[in-house]
Amino acid sequence: MRYEARVEITHLPGIADPQGATVERSLPALGYDNVSQVRVGKSIRLVVEAPDEAAARTQVDEMCHRLLANPVIEAYEIELTELASVT
Amino acid sequence: MSARIGIVQFPGTNCELDVAWAVEQLGGTPEMLWHAEAELRGADAVVVPGGFAHGDYLRTGAIARFSPVMDAVARFATAGGPVVGICNGFQVLTEAGLLPGALQKNAGLTFLCETVDCRVETSRSSLTALATPGDVLRLPINHFEGSYVCDETTRRRLRDDDRIVLRYVRNPNGSLDDIAGVCSEQRNVVGLMPHPERASESLLGSTDGVVLLRSLLATAAEGAAVA
Repeated sequence: MRYEARVEITHLPGIADPQGATVERSLPALGYDNVSQVRVGKSIRLVVEAPDEAAARTQVDEMCHRLLANPVIEAYEIELTELASVT
Repeated sequence: MSARIGIVQFPGTNCELDVAWAVEQLGGTPEMLWHAEAELRGADAVVVPGGFAHGDYLRTGAIARFSPVMDAVARFATAGGPVVGICNGFQVLTEAGLLPGALQKNAGLTFLCETVDCRVETSRSSLTALATPGDVLRLPINHFEGSYVCDETTRRRLRDDDRIVLRYVRNPNGSLDDIAGVCSEQRNVVGLMPHPERASESLLGSTDGVVLLRSLLATAAEGAAVA
């Protein structure tokens, strides 16, 4: 089976997010003065082949831990979608 | 015999020649180590210099730590060999898990290129063995991602174990606890954002980096004598 994984990487709670803070300070200049808690992260998409969804998730989780995210400062969430078979 | 200083070169490293020059001026023997090499070729100490290793893709230092040479650097570090990461090299060493914490974008999102005052906090590290705690060194910084972060437990451990090696006198980048450099538990691995090699002759505006590089050479020579 083929699965598309969408990995969303954000700062761990309590870790400063200077990009989010800068965006948050910029929005009121455009008239949006009702915005708070802006966080800027990263989105990574990839396709994996695996026997089932659980196996795909385990593997992507391992990729996140070992490379895609830095567990010291980042949290991640994985969303999996089964892709229609190409045959 | 002069100490052999291995200088790691990733694609994108750009401070290796400055480090080699400074090492040579101080009587050491620089030896370039290409990132694809699996051995340190008898180096007595290793410097991971600044630059943009592997383009800093994904995160600074994230790809570099998978280079074959890093396995050798990790083994050398675990065995107590002196390893110093400067700027991007510091980022590589944190990603490799050889130093705690991480470096993230500067507060204010500004690329900083200036000379700053850094206070030596301990002489118990391979990079500060000849320096005196309390000494203030004028050292250049040149980075976008130099804001040191770690969790509270790690920070407490760093403070309690006297592992904060250098602190900024005036924090330029939002680093936690004004941290400019830290060392490993064994005190042989040191990472710092400032560039001592760029403060190694008067023509460059400061010679305050010399005491740090001399410390590294002395620690390396000691290790060589023991081995």
